[in-house]
Formats: sequence, structure tokens, C-alpha cells
Amino acid sequence: MDSELLVRLILLLPLFGAVVNGLGPLFVEQMRTREGWIGTLGTAVVVVPFALTAYLFATFDGTPVVVDFFTWMEAGDLSLQFSYLVDELSLIMTLVVTGVGGVIHLYSTGYMHGDSGYWRFFAYLNLFIFAMLNLVLANNLPVLFLGWEGVGLCSYLLIGFWYTDLSNSAAANKAFIVNRIGDFAFLMAMFLLFSQLGSLDFDVLLAEGPQLSQDVLNWTVLLLFIGATGKSAQIPLFVWLPDAMAGPTPVSALIHAATMVTSGLYLLARMSELVLAAEIVMAVIAIVGALTAIMAATIAITQNDIKKVLAYSTVSQLGYMFMAAGVGAFFVSIFHVLTHAFFKGCLFLGSGSVIHSMEHVEHELEAEGHDVSDFDPQDMRTMGGLQQYMPSTGWTYFIATLAISGIPLLAGFFSKDEILFKAFEYGFVGGANYAWFVWGVGVITAALTAFYMARSYYLTFLGEPRWPDADTVHAHESSASMTIPLWILAGGSAVTGYLGLPAVIADGKLNWIHHYLGADYGGPVAEPSLAGHVPLALEWGLIGLSSGIAVGVFLYARSAYLATGVAFDETLSARFGGLYQTWSDTYYWDDFYDNVVVDSLINGLARRGLAPFDGRVVDGIVNGVAGAAQVGSGLLRRLQTGVVQNYALALVLGVVLVIGLMVFGG
Amino acid sequence: MELARAFSTMAADLPAIFSMIVVSVVGLVMLTVAAFRSDHPSIPWLGVAGMVVASAWELFQLGTEPGTAFFGAIRVGGYAAFINLLVLLAGIATTILSVPYLHRLKHDYGEVYALLMYATVGMILLGSSNSMVSIFVGLETMSVCLYVLAGLIREDEGAVEAALKYFLLGAFSTGFFLYGIALMYGATGTMYLPAMAQADLATAGGTLLFWAGVALFLIGFLFKVSAAPFHMWTPDVYQGSPTPLTGYMSTASKAAAFGSLILVLYYALPAERWTLVLAVVAVITMVVGNVMALSQANVKRMLAYSSIAHAGYILVALAAGTEAAFAGALFYLLVYTVMNIGAFGVMALLEWDGREGRVQTLDSLAGIGTDRPVLGVTMVVFMFSLTGFPPFGGFFGKYAVFAPAVDAGLTWLVLIGVLMSAVSGYYYLRVVYVFWMQDRDDVVDARQASLGGLPPVSRTSQGVLVVCAVGLVAMAFFSGGLIEAATGFFDASAMAAAGGGG
Repeated sequence: MDSELLVRLILLLPLFGAVVNGLGPLFVEQMRTREGWIGTLGTAVVVVPFALTAYLFATFDGTPVVVDFFTWMEAGDLSLQFSYLVDELSLIMTLVVTGVGGVIHLYSTGYMHGDSGYWRFFAYLNLFIFAMLNLVLANNLPVLFLGWEGVGLCSYLLIGFWYTDLSNSAAANKAFIVNRIGDFAFLMAMFLLFSQLGSLDFDVLLAEGPQLSQDVLNWTVLLLFIGATGKSAQIPLFVWLPDAMAGPTPVSALIHAATMVTSGLYLLARMSELVLAAEIVMAVIAIVGALTAIMAATIAITQNDIKKVLAYSTVSQLGYMFMAAGVGAFFVSIFHVLTHAFFKGCLFLGSGSVIHSMEHVEHELEAEGHDVSDFDPQDMRTMGGLQQYMPSTGWTYFIATLAISGIPLLAGFFSKDEILFKAFEYGFVGGANYAWFVWGVGVITAALTAFYMARSYYLTFLGEPRWPDADTVHAHESSASMTIPLWILAGGSAVTGYLGLPAVIADGKLNWIHHYLGADYGGPVAEPSLAGHVPLALEWGLIGLSSGIAVGVFLYARSAYLATGVAFDETLSARFGGLYQTWSDTYYWDDFYDNVVVDSLINGLARRGLAPFDGRVVDGIVNGVAGAAQVGSGLLRRLQTGVVQNYALALVLGVVLVIGLMVFGG
Repeated sequence: MELARAFSTMAADLPAIFSMIVVSVVGLVMLTVAAFRSDHPSIPWLGVAGMVVASAWELFQLGTEPGTAFFGAIRVGGYAAFINLLVLLAGIATTILSVPYLHRLKHDYGEVYALLMYATVGMILLGSSNSMVSIFVGLETMSVCLYVLAGLIREDEGAVEAALKYFLLGAFSTGFFLYGIALMYGATGTMYLPAMAQADLATAGGTLLFWAGVALFLIGFLFKVSAAPFHMWTPDVYQGSPTPLTGYMSTASKAAAFGSLILVLYYALPAERWTLVLAVVAVITMVVGNVMALSQANVKRMLAYSSIAHAGYILVALAAGTEAAFAGALFYLLVYTVMNIGAFGVMALLEWDGREGRVQTLDSLAGIGTDRPVLGVTMVVFMFSLTGFPPFGGFFGKYAVFAPAVDAGLTWLVLIGVLMSAVSGYYYLRVVYVFWMQDRDDVVDARQASLGGLPPVSRTSQGVLVVCAVGLVAMAFFSGGLIEAATGFFDASAMAAAGGGG
């Protein structure tokens, strides 16, 4: 098949779904309740592109395919073209977006069943896929930026999906505003690159970019990274992601775990040639990633809302990916993006299944006359023992938990270990001191990850049920449309790690993803050239160390939470004291933003400094101009008398003017 | 030339006027039907069908080479097809929008739609003229039909006033126009546009005679496109005429007149002498249109002044006089036609009893957006596009007319244009503000106006408006390709080859 046609279909099918699902029900109310049609169409327009991408992937021969849709506009040197690029990197990302996306669409048909905004949900979701595909398939920065803004918009719409609850709208606004800061930096980077190179096409940027002066390069990469911190929730712009859990759970899985939040990593991997040339900024990236990872992991230990735990866990895992990017291992960060999409998607969908059944419990309790105003179906403290009621959800959640904790032979083990190894190698062979710090923090975070994920699993699924009347009111397993996606993703969490077998096995020859993406093997993702190797024994030692930590901490948390249940949190709190308080107050980031940035800086400055200026000077000028225009308009209006003779006179005056200009003016 | 050979050539040239033939014949059929039953519901749809056939034909002519037919009287090829297509599409949209409107007024006579067809024929002839004679015939065919249409609702004094003023001033300007043609013919000895450029003025009759003729000739056009100070009729006529037909007058007739004017400037007037005239008129037009629009309480009157202002923007491109500028003007005409037909269409659907369009105030429409969301949203698109906000066609249109003018050294003119379009934001966005952000209960006018209940809204009309709104977004995305295609119409070598006249 013609690959250009395929790319067109892959891109346009989700758009078609968004338009049909959005406009049809908007105008024809009877269509809104046709859940079967809407869900089927919505899912099909993602699954079919997945199949097409799989075909492209299978027949890809290593030469990048560029597909030009059309020229949007040309102005001077700037030529904006809707042009798309199919290469190894965009293929992998497209597979993740459409594959995991398709599974989550299927899940949503069950999860959103009965919601009055069912059609709206699928329209937004399809639009999101379209925007995300623009982002990963773009062949130049402007189109990538369009997709970048598009996913931001969809994220905003979906976080505030249940907009009648004001706190949801506030969360949506927060995400939108925080992302604007990152987007501003991204735009600045684009302006800078355009002013230097006169083009924003990837081939030009990657070929000529590294020859730019060091200052320009550093600034560009730093600005790109700041853009990435917004979208990918890194310090200091991560605060929106935990709040974004206000959206429906499939949204959290798709947008805020598997795809959109990883676009910052995609951007860095795409620009890897430039990033490698800015070594100082690489150190910044790695350190910010490491700090974000450990900070979010410690917060996750203290959270009781099941989705909040997963949200901070996502922030932490994104930190890991930035660590990898910061030590030049871009393909490893994409590897982790891939495995993370599976296990985090599975965890989020599992939590959605749990929330569904806890809502069911809530309704039954209400029917029995309990006061349920304090009942929170997302609070792990009221759960427990769900494994017996929901075996599929429980088992898949368990598999994904093992995977993210880094238990050997599951997906997370391979990708996380590769990140730690690359950090170690960058310090050991490459001689970069910050890499040691990053590696150390990464190892500690791995331990924390095993701890909080074990805590989340055991509090939710084992132990005694902790909701009122647990012996009569039971939870129920979700429908097949929700459990089948869970099993698919759990399967992925188990096996995707084998795409990137570590260097100890067959000298790294079986590291498929490295060979596929790496520039040394003809792929699009550049790597630093390091002289020398880490000795084999040391590599085995590192693997042993991280496996030991993961298994040990996991077992420790298991026994602690199985023995004492929720009470163990208090033991922790007592042991760590103020530190624990800091964690559970999320390091006061939100207070900092509220008090310092919003109140003092914005409100204070605006009220005291800018408001008078705006009120007197700006308004004065504007009102003055408007007043003058109104007066002028009134004067001119007197000429418009309505008497036809006067009109004719004006016409004659015009004739005199035109003849005069024509005869004497030329 | 032998008579027999002349006839055979004319028969071979018939495809060149295919759309004129189709539209005229269908118009005759409509009149015949109307003779038996004047309000027969099939009449407007006959017209739509005829114009659809004609547009389909013109669509296939877009890519053809430029040339002439009927011994150089009219032009064929991409340029003519573009203008004709624009006029025909405006005609189709107007007919569909008029059906429920005129039905509500009980003025749905078949003759109205037939007149619309003949006006369209006149515009097609005007937009593809290659000689002064066909320009004049086209212009008058169009104008006479429009005079009648303006006074359609003869019980309404405003409509009668509009028609009479339009007719008197139109006749007045036609006098100048004809005199201009006479002088130009006297100076050059030819009626054909390309031949006029080649005429040796010094021997044939003197420059003064020629340029005075050009001045008078331009005045005729400037009147038709309502450039200031020849615009005085516009607000009264637009306000008094039936609203969908106002939309038609403000778009199709301007598109045809500008299309013809561009042909004259490109072929017949080689020297740059007219740059200053057009630039000065553009300034006056933009200032008068925008400033006057500020203080209008009636939306139709506001849109009338706004259409004056838009004529000014197009004149900026014409003053620049380069091929890129002419192509930009063509693109602007396309965008302007779509958004203005849409804006007048929305207003047509918002008139309480159909006759109030003339007196209805903007305030009386407070909060209408929430009651009529489709009209409200499409109106927002039209207003933003008219202001020139991205990502709508209006923005790219302004860019297309202003950028070539800067290249041609008319930066001062463009500065005034940009300033004036900033001013226009005030009155366009005020419509958005009143439609969406005011509450009906807070505004006295709106409370009184809605007492009788909201008027019913036709689905087909809403469909046309949605198509217009979507089209504006699409044009923004395809602006690059469209402008490039329009530039292709001015392919110098092909034009020169197709030069001569009978």
C-alpha cells in the first residue's frame, strides 16, 4: 500500500471521528444516547490507525518517509507546511498513541456508560488522538507545536469534563495556565531557532543546529526543556498534574500517564542532536529529572487518594525519563515511555475499575440509609479486600505494580534498570560528576517506588474491607469492556521490557529498541560517544543491586501493610516526623504558588502597580480615542443627511477630487 | 470578416458564455412558472439548480488558459471563471437564505428570484468583460435588477426610499461612467482593453483627454463598489433593502465590479498614474467606513459602513497594482463574500417580523446567542473574521492585500489600513459582546423586542450559515494554495498571448 495514503488515513481518521461524534449529537439530540454507535466509531477511528501503523511499522525499510499535505502559508522566509515524517521514532510513538489509546477507548465505552456527556467525551478523546498524532508525526516544529497546543486544549477540556463541579474547572484552568508558561518558552525556542537558521524543518534543524554558537544552543535547549517541563510535569511546573486527576479516569490513563505527558521526552529525543551539543543544559535536565523523581516518590507515599498516588508516581517516572535524557540516553527514555504507557495505563484503568465499584458500594450504602456525605470512593483507607470481589482488576493491578516497582523480568525492570545503568555509565565512563548524583537519586527512588506501589496494592486489594457494613455490601467486578483492556495492558506490562534487553546479555546485541532508534544503527535518536565500557561483572552487580532493592523493599512494604494495614502510615509518620509532614503537604509547592506567585506577585503587583496604571493611563487613552472617534463619527454623520441632493453634491465633489488627482497628481 | 464565418466562430464560442446561457434560460423558465403561480415553491429551487449547474461548469474552467471569445468582447479562462464562480455561489447562498425570509414577509414572488438570476447574468458578463461595451452592458444589467430588488417591499417607506435613492444616484454615476468611456474611446480609438494599452496617445488624441476619461470611468466603478466619497447611497440602501438581498448587493456586485476593475487596470491602463487616485480614495474610504460604523445602532447600517471599509482594504491592493496584489484582492473578495453573506444571513434570521431589519437596534438582540446558539456561534465567526482575527479567513485576506502593498512601497497606506482595522474591532466585537455577554433581562430594548416570541429559524438557512462559517476556517488553512492559484490567473506570458481584440 502507498505509505502516503496510510499516513493520511492515520491522521485524518481520528479527526473524522471527532467531527462526527462532536457535531452529529450536538445538532441532533436523539444521537446523544446512541452509545453503541458513538463508542464503536470512536474506538474504530483509533484502532484502525493502529492497524495501519502496524503495517507501516512492519514494512518500514529504514528510509524516512516525508508526507506533504499542503502549504499553509508563506510569508517571507517562513513557509509553514503541513508536512509529516515517518521514521523509527515517530513510528514507535504512533504505535503507543494509537495502541494504548485504542485500548483506553475500548475501556471508556464501559467506563462512561450512562454519562450524559458520552458523545462529548468521545469527541474530545478522538480530537486528542488527532492532536497527539500531529505532535509525534510532525516534520517541523510549527506542526509539532500545533499538536502540542492541541493536546493541551483537549487535556483542558477533559480535566474539566464534569465542569458543573467548580473544583474540576479550577483544576482544568490550573493545567491550562501552568502549561502556558512552558509553551511560552517553547515558542521562544522556536523564534530563536528560526532567527538563526531560517527554517524550522527537522532536517535543517538537526543538520545545521549543532553548528550554532554555544550560547545560542544552550539557550535553545534550555527553552525547549522548560517547554517540556510544563507538558511533562517536572519541577517547577508539575503542580497541575496531580490536580488533573479531576478528569474521568480513562483521561488520566491516556493523557496524563501514557501519551501527552511524555511529549516533552519525545521533543528532546527528536532534538537529541541539539541537546547533546549543550552539555551544561543536559546536566540541568538530569538533575531536575532526578529531583522531580525523588520528590514525587516521597509525596506518593503519603497520599491516600488512589489516583493521587498514581499521579505522583507518574511525575516521578517522568523524572526518570528526564534523567535518561540528561545523560544522553534518549532511546532509553523512549523505551521507558513505552513500558510506562503500559503499566501506568493499566494501573490507572485498574484504579478506575476500583472507583467504579466503590461508587457502587456508596450507592448501596446510601440505599441502606447510611450517611455517605463523607464517603470518598477514591480513598484507599475505605477500601481493602477488593481482590476477592474483583479478581481481574486485582491481578492486573498486581502485575502492573510489580512491573513499575522494578521486579525482575517484568517491563519496568528492564527500562528502569537501563536508565540507572546509563546514568552510572555516564559517570563511570563519561566522567560526568552529576551523573553519579543522578544515579544515586535514581536508586533511592527505585526503592521508594517499590514501597508506595506495594502500599497502594495491599491497601486497596488485600486485608479486610474497611467500608461500613462490609459483610453485607459487596463490591463487584467491572464489565468485560473494562477488564479486557486491563488484561491487554497487563500483558504489555509483562513483556514489553524484552524489547530492550540489557547489555549484559549477548553484549547488548539483543537490545532491539537501541538498534532500532539509535543513530549508530541508522535511527533518528543521537547518542553520546563514550570511550570504554563498564566491566561486565560490575554490570551484573548493578542489576543485582537494583533487583535486590526492588524485591526487598516490595516484600518489606507487603509485610508491613498486610500486618498493620492503614495504621502503618502512622508508624511512618511518627518515624519521619516533620519530613513526613513535608511530603504529605507536597513540599508546600501549592502554598508557594498560591502565596508568593499568585497573591503577592500577581495580585499584589496588579492591584498596587498595574491597576492604577491601567485605570488612569491605559483606560484614559482608550476612552479618549474612543471618545474622539465617536465625536468624529457624530460630525461625519451630519453629512449623511438623507437628502438625495446632498448625496449627489458629495458625489460631484468626489468627481472633482478624482479628476484633479488624475490630471494633476500623476 | 465574412458573415458566414463570423456566425460559425460565434457558434464555436458558445461554451464561453455557457453559464450566462444557463442562468438566463432558467430565469426565463422561472418567469414562465411564475406567470401561472407567482409563489410556486419550486421557483427558487429551479434557480438554485441552474446556478449549481453553472458553478459546476465554472469550476472546471478554473484551470483553463486565459483567452477571449466573441471577437474579443469577453474573456475566458481561470480569472473569469473565478469571478463567475464567486458570483454564482453568492447567488446560490442568497437564494436559499431568501426563501424563508421572503416567505415570512409574504413577498415570495417568483419574479424576485428571476431578477436575482438576471442580476447574476449581468455580474458574470461584468466580471469577464474584455471591452468597454460589455463592461457597460454587464454593469447596467446588474444595476437595473438591483434597483428593483432594493425596493421589493413597496409597502415599506424605507424600502421605497432606498430604491429611489439607489436609482437616482446610480443613474447619475452612470452618466460619468459613459462619458469616461466616450473620452477614452476618443483618445485611443478602441473599446478593447488590451488594445487601449497599446494605443499611441500622443497621435491618437492627447494624454489629457485619456486620463480625464479614465478618471470619470473610475468614478463609475468607485460608485458601484461604494468607495467614499461615492458611498452616500450605501447605508440607506443597505438598511432599507430586504436583508438577504442586501448581503447579495454588498458581496456579489462588489466582487463583479472589482473583478472587472482589476481587468481594466491590468490590461488597459499601463502607466502608474492611477496609483495616487486609488490610494487617496482608499484612505478616505477606510476612514469614513470605519469611523461611521462606530456610532451605528442598527446592525444592517453598521454592516453597510463596514462593507465600505472593506472596499477600502481592497482598494489598497489595487493601488499597489502588482500581480501579487491583484491576486490578494481576489482572495480577499472570496473571503469577504463568504463572511458578509453570512453576517447578513444571520441578521435576516434574527428579525422579529421580517420588516424590522431597518429599525431594529443592536441592543434589542442582547443575549440572543444563548437562545439561538447556531446563529450566535456563526455570527461570532463572521465578526471575528471581519475584524481580521486569526485563524479565520479574514486575517489571511487582510494579509494578502496588505503585504503586496508594502512590497510596492505603499507602507503609509497599509499603516492606515491596519490602524483602521484595529478600530473596526470595536464595532464588530460589540456585536459579539451584545449577543453573548449581555442578559436580555438587563436591556429594555431586548425585553420589549422578545415579547412576541422569537422568530422561527429555518434549518436550510442555518445550514448555509454553518457552511459559510466552516468555509472561513477552511480558507484560513488553504489560504496559501488559494492565493497561489489566484496569482496563476495573472500568468504574464499567457495573458500576453491572449491579448488582442477584434
